[in-house]
Order: sequence, then C-alpha cells, then structure tokens
Amino acid sequence: MCRICSAETLEKTRQEIRLRSDPSTPCIAVCAGAGCLASGAAEVIAAFEVELESRGLTAAITTRGTGCPGFCERGPIVVIHPQEICYLQVKPADVAEIVATTLVDKQLVERLLYVDPATGSKITREADIPFYKNQQRNILGANSRIDSKSLDDYLAIDGYAALAKALLQMSPDQVLEEIKRSNLRGRGGGGFPVWRKWAESRNAADPTRYVIVNADEGDPGAFMDRALIEGNPHSILEGLIIGAYAVGAHQGFIYVRQEYPLAVENVNLAIRQAEKSGLLGNDILGSGFDFRVQVHKGAGAFVCGESSALMTALEGRAGEPRPKYIHTAVKGVWDKPSVLNNVETWANVPLIIHQSADWFAQFGTAGCKGTKIFSLVGKITNTGLVEVPMGVSLRQIVEQIGGGIPAGKRFKAVQTGGPSGGCIPASQLDLKVDFDELTKAGSMMGSGGMIVMDEDTCMVDIARYFLNFLQDESCGKCTPCREGIRQMLKVLNDITTGKGHEGDIELLEDLAATTIGASLCALGKSAPNPVLSTLKYFRHEYEEHIKNKNCPAYACKSLLAFNIDADKCKACGTCRRSCPAAAISGAKQQVHVVDQQKCTRCGTCFSVCPSAFGAVQRLSGAAAASVSATMTLAPEETG
Amino acid sequence: MSDVRLTIDGKEVTASRGMTLLDAAQSVGIAIPTLCHHPQLEPYGGCRICTVEAEQGGVTRLVASCIYQVAPGLVVRTRTEKVNRIRKVLLEEMLAHAPESEILLNLAQDYAADKDRFEKEPSFCIHCGLCVRYCAELKQKHAVGFIDRGAQREIHFIPEIAGQECWDCKECFPLCPTSALQAAYVLTEALLTPAKKPSCCS
Ligand SMILES: Cc1cc2nc3c(=O)[nH]c(=O)nc-3n(C[C@H](O)[C@H](O)[C@H](O)COP(=O)(O)O)c2cc1C
Ligand code: SF4
Ligand code: FES
Repeated sequence: MCRICSAETLEKTRQEIRLRSDPSTPCIAVCAGAGCLASGAAEVIAAFEVELESRGLTAAITTRGTGCPGFCERGPIVVIHPQEICYLQVKPADVAEIVATTLVDKQLVERLLYVDPATGSKITREADIPFYKNQQRNILGANSRIDSKSLDDYLAIDGYAALAKALLQMSPDQVLEEIKRSNLRGRGGGGFPVWRKWAESRNAADPTRYVIVNADEGDPGAFMDRALIEGNPHSILEGLIIGAYAVGAHQGFIYVRQEYPLAVENVNLAIRQAEKSGLLGNDILGSGFDFRVQVHKGAGAFVCGESSALMTALEGRAGEPRPKYIHTAVKGVWDKPSVLNNVETWANVPLIIHQSADWFAQFGTAGCKGTKIFSLVGKITNTGLVEVPMGVSLRQIVEQIGGGIPAGKRFKAVQTGGPSGGCIPASQLDLKVDFDELTKAGSMMGSGGMIVMDEDTCMVDIARYFLNFLQDESCGKCTPCREGIRQMLKVLNDITTGKGHEGDIELLEDLAATTIGASLCALGKSAPNPVLSTLKYFRHEYEEHIKNKNCPAYACKSLLAFNIDADKCKACGTCRRSCPAAAISGAKQQVHVVDQQKCTRCGTCFSVCPSAFGAVQRLSGAAAASVSATMTLAPEETG
Repeated sequence: MSDVRLTIDGKEVTASRGMTLLDAAQSVGIAIPTLCHHPQLEPYGGCRICTVEAEQGGVTRLVASCIYQVAPGLVVRTRTEKVNRIRKVLLEEMLAHAPESEILLNLAQDYAADKDRFEKEPSFCIHCGLCVRYCAELKQKHAVGFIDRGAQREIHFIPEIAGQECWDCKECFPLCPTSALQAAYVLTEALLTPAKKPSCCS
C-alpha cells in the first residue's frame, strides 16, 4: 500500500478501499478467533474456499476470517453478508449445503440457525439473537466486521481517523481534556481515571516516557483482551499512539501473554502494516510526532499482570511486584514515567476521540461511563463475551443475555472480578453493575470475569477453589500474602472435608484482616475477597459445614453419602451397572446396596436412578455420617 | 536536602527528604521491628513486620515503614491496635516455619503472639531474602536465589556458582533471622547433589 503521510492521503486511501468493496457483494464471514479456531474454523474457511472455487464463485463471493464476536461456545460461527444470516457450530461438511442453499438458491439452512430456547423459534439474523440483541457492542462490534489481519478493513470502518484528528487538529492537552471529559476509567481492574494517570506522566519532569498495553490477562476464564487484540489489533495500536501523543511518549510496549500466540501474531502484523504505511515511526501523518512500539511476550504468572511486576518483567527481570509508593506513572519502567493501561481501556480511546466524549458518556452511570466487556461463563445457557453499558443490572446480564440457568436449576450467585473477586448472591440480582456498586457489594469489577453458579455450587468450596489458585499465583515475596493464603486455605480445606472447628470463621477473618492490611501488592490485598464475600452472604453454609458436617449444596464429597432406600429400590440394576467404582451390589429382585467403603461419592447412582423410583438418597451431615458408620460396622457384625 | 516535618507517635520529627519512616522513627528513638530490612541493602518490603499506620489528608493507610518515605504533615502511628494485631498474626505465621528463631520468639513476647497457633511446617525459612539480596547486591555473586513462587517459594543455592564462591565467604549465614544452619544446610545440599550426578549418568 502507498505510504499514508497526511490526513488527505489517509482519507483518499480510505475512499479507494470503500470503492473497491461493494457492501452488497455477498461475503462469508467466519470467526477466526482462538475459540472458533479450536473448534475447527480454519477447516471451515478452507472448505468454503474449495467449494467456491469449484463452483467458479470466488469472484462473486468473498470469504473472510474475522475477529471473535464472543459467542465462542457456539462456534465456528459463520455470518453471510449482506443479509447477516448467522449459522452456528458449522462443520466443513455443512459448507457445500450452505453455498448451494443460501448463496446460490437464497434459502436458509434451517438446522444451522440459532434456536431460541425460550420460544423454540429459529432466529436468522445475528443481531436478533438475544445473546447479541441485548448488548451494546461499541468495542466488540467491529470484530466481526473486519478481517483481523487487514489494515484496509480497519481503514474502511474509519480506522485511524481518530489518530489523524488527534495528531493534526488537537494539542496533547486537548486530547487529555477530551479523555478527562469522557471520564474513562481503567478496564484492567481498578477503575482508575485514565486522564489522571496520563496527566501525572505528562507532568513528570523526565522527558523520556513510555506507554504500555497490559495484555497479560492472567485471569482464568477471561478472554476479552485476547478477543480485542486478536480481532482488532489496529484499534489498540491507534489508542496507544493517541495516548503516547497526549503523554509525550515516543516508545510503547505491548505486553502480551505468551499463551496467546494468535494475539502476538496479529498485533505484530498490525505493527508492521502500520510502520509500512506511515502510521507508526517518524513524523506520523505528517504531524512531526514520532512513535514506535515493541511487543513483549510475557511468560509469567497471574501476578505479572500487576503493574509493578509487569514493568519489572519488561526490564528483563523476574516479574515480581515492587513497592510503589511513588506511582509508576512517575517512576515506572527503568524509573521513567510509564502509563500502563489495559487492552480494553486503550480500545476505548479512538472511539472517544473520533466520536467525542459526549458520545461516550451517553452510555453508563454517573460515575462510570461507557461500556464494559464481561466474560460470562459457568452455569448459564449462553456463555461468551458480553458488552453492556455500565449500570446494567446483573439480572439483565444473567437472564436476558445469558438466557438464564440451564437444566431448570436455581440461580445461586455470580462470582465477579477474577480469582480475587467476590460472590454476589441472588438477593442482589438487581445490582447495577459498575466499578463502585460491585465494590460496595463486597466484590469487584476486576477484569470483567463473571462466573454464574447454580444451587449445586458450594460457596465454601468456591472460596477454597480460588484460594488454591491464589496460593500458587502469589509471588511469595511478602509474608501476609504467602502465609495468609496458606493458612486460610488450610482452614477451608478442613471445613470442606469435615474437619472444621468452632472458631474457624473467626480465624479466617483474623487472617484476612492481616493479609488485606499488610500485603505488598493488590494481589495480596484482594486475595481474601473470595472468603470474605462468601462469609458475608453465605455464612450459614460455613456454619453448616463446621457444626453439622453438612454441605447444603451436596458438593463437598467428604460430607456426602449415597444410600439406596430399600423400600423404593426396584432392583432394576441401572445404578449397579453405572457405578464407576463397582461399589453397588445387588441382583434381580434383590434390593441394591452401596458399599460405603468403595463408594467415591461421584453421584452417578443418584443421577441415573429412574426418577419414577427415586430410590437413591443423597445425604449430607448427620444422615450421611450415620449411613457411613452403619455400613462400615456391618462386616464386623456379620463376620 | 530540604527538611520534612511530620509526627510519629505524637512526637514532632524533622527528617530529610527521601528518608524512610523507619529511619525517621529511629532518629528519635522510636523502635519499629524489622526482619527483612538491612541498612546496606535496597529496601525490600517483604516481611511486613514494620507495618505502621500513616495518615495524610484524613486518609489512613497501612504502609511498610522500611520503604515508605517521609512526607510533610504525615501523621505516623507505630503501635495502634491494628498494627499490633497485624504484627501478632505475621509472627504467628512465621513461627509455624521457624519455631526456634530467637528473634521471632522475642518479638512474639512483645506482641502476645502464640507460637503454636498454626500447625508447624518447619522449613526454617521466612523468606526475608537477606541472604539472596546480600549475595546479589553486595557480593554480586548471585549464588543464592529464590525459586518457585507462592507457597512453594524457597531459597536455593546455584551449585555451579556456590561451589566456586561459597565456602570462602559464608557472609550470609549470620544474617539469617531464623538460624544460620538453614543457609548452611541448603548450601550443603546443593553442593552434594551434583556430585552424585556423574555416577548415575555414566
Ligand atoms: C495480581 C494482579 C493481576 C493483574 N492482572 C492484570 C491483567 O492481566 N491485565 C490488566 O490489564 N490489568 C491487570 N491488573 C491491573 C494492573 O495492575 C493495572 O492496574 C492495570 O493494567 C492498569 O490499567 P487500567 O487503568 O487501564 O485498568 C492486575 C493487578 C493485579 C494486582
Ligand atoms: S501481595 Fe502477594 S503477590 Fe503481591 S508482593 Fe506480596 S506475595 Fe507477592
Ligand atoms: S522490615 Fe519492612 S517489610 Fe520487612
């Protein structure tokens, strides 16, 4: 492509690209994000290319691998433009039929459409699927409109227009002022006002400054940053260059976790394209502003996403948090002023500059503007990436977008904020989701992870699960984090295995207070959240485990027993045949019995016993203990 | 150096800019316990036993006094109920690893810490990092480092370097707050392990 060296050449290039591509030309867009690639998208794209070739349709119909629209669970996703017909879970074997039926005969392949579980009706257009319909996809929306490897595609959707505006029509102060007016807050967890960090760096005495993208995304289950940087890498670059201009930085870093090879590949490609076109390097767009970017692959742990640890890692040392009583915005990488923002934060910047702070601020609540992407997973019908305006209620996310809880189960809680976030109970489903409300409720926004839990989830076990993760992910440098987590985890292990004592809850609270109060970095300061938030809303579950050795959710295996009710057993043999531990004895017309010593408490018998009989009892607490006790005594009595 | 005026435990203190709260407190005879601090080494902030309350503009924060620097008008409190409680729990956590450490046992008396509160896991190391940092910063040998992270974190002598450097130095041994034997033990183990290697590989 020719070098884009001014606002005029940028606009001219954009017009040429738009003229070349007629929006009414049929286009097959296949998601080529990591999720869909894992479920076979590359094979689907290849099959389309072969099929179009053999029918001589390659000129008339284009094929495109797009960024991730967030509905990975139903992937590979194929959208046929311009009608926006959406096919889900497409396999290479479906391709010939799609081409023949939809592209040639203009008919629908009904069996590949989304079926609304509520009404049973089929939905044709992507935008009408409830999962998408109730979202506000300001940032994610572009992902499915472009080929993530094409600069032209990004330019066609107004890409780099914000950069031209910032560099050529605005002073750095005006850019800063616009970001301030938008009230954009950091999306990486803390919700810190972006303009304040930028201004602090800009005002720092040292003229060598850095801007950094945090694409470490160590939060298991979250993948919004991956989807953005993989699907629309130029938007992150554009945001970063604008930020660099506002701050007065000439060097940027993109810190991507190594486990995201496609993100690394796409962002490196985008950098090369931008350099070649004159959008990165010296005298960008003829503005006189110079800026370069380097990608750094992070091989580290969860804690490497923490700002001071990330900066230490950028310097080439072990990624370990440092005390930072002086903000990294003033003294960061190599002690130079360094602005670190999250991927999603940077993605918002071009939108604000291009469409104005007022446009941005029309979304959201008084204190939290714009949208936020959540990664919705767990016991919920639709899982995937969900972008909504700040202030939408949890209920809307869970029920309308997520489609509620499958299998007729009851909603119990939603865990937000990643491993050191907290659990919010059903009674708070109407909570308006933003930084401040989540914190008030004892949880946090974190990076936007959202794990839905149903009635079968034990809240003590959940706290144990997250503390177990954090015990391995803490860097281990400071005592309250390393030892506090170790001791809290021990108590939780005891409680969930029937070894809890009176006083354990108070002990947890004591340990938590020290860990929060004295830890060096935010990992330690937030690590007790899973414990404290479940204690806040589900204290009775802790008490049941401790006092009665009872797990009300029937999840803690050590506290369970399965027993066959002799009066109800019809000796059908289903449980005996299904038991993976061969713990059930019985024969035709003979009541079946569970050998409690062999039983691994997997619950298979309970779920396979025909509901008409309901002969298998699932027990916890005293009832479980007495079943286990009688059964272990039995051999002695007979023997 | 310009002077900074602040209050520590009700005492007016004049300190110079860049000084830590720990140094400022010591300059007026207020003792704050430390374990990972060493005047010749870079501030580390690992043990957190030196945690104090620092109030500025109506906001009180818990900070590590061995790192936090003096600021004008700062009000520092080194022995509040909260601080005492934190130090007590930290000591109890460390005593689970090093139940015989004299320094820890003395501090445990000051803070009414129960040395048997937590189940013993005598690994002796409390991760103060003094040996590691002394070797890296002052000797510049890097013969001992940390390996692994989280609850698994341990000190570890690098056999190739230790074999060359350590026998004639051993300056880190007396720095260990739990027992000099700890460093000696880990070192010996590190040096003995590679000696076994050739016989099993040949
Ligand atoms: C343990 C820990 C892990 C973190 N991981 C990430 C991460 O993966 N990505 C991220 O953007 N921020 C992460 N953060 C937050 C960063 O420290 C930092 O606040 C953020 O990148 C700043 O960007 P923002 O203001 O745009 O949110 C983490 C923080 C902690 C304490
Ligand atoms: S709080 Fe945890 S992760 Fe942070 S420095 Fe301390 S040990 Fe490391
Ligand atoms: S002496 Fe301050 S943290 Fe150890």
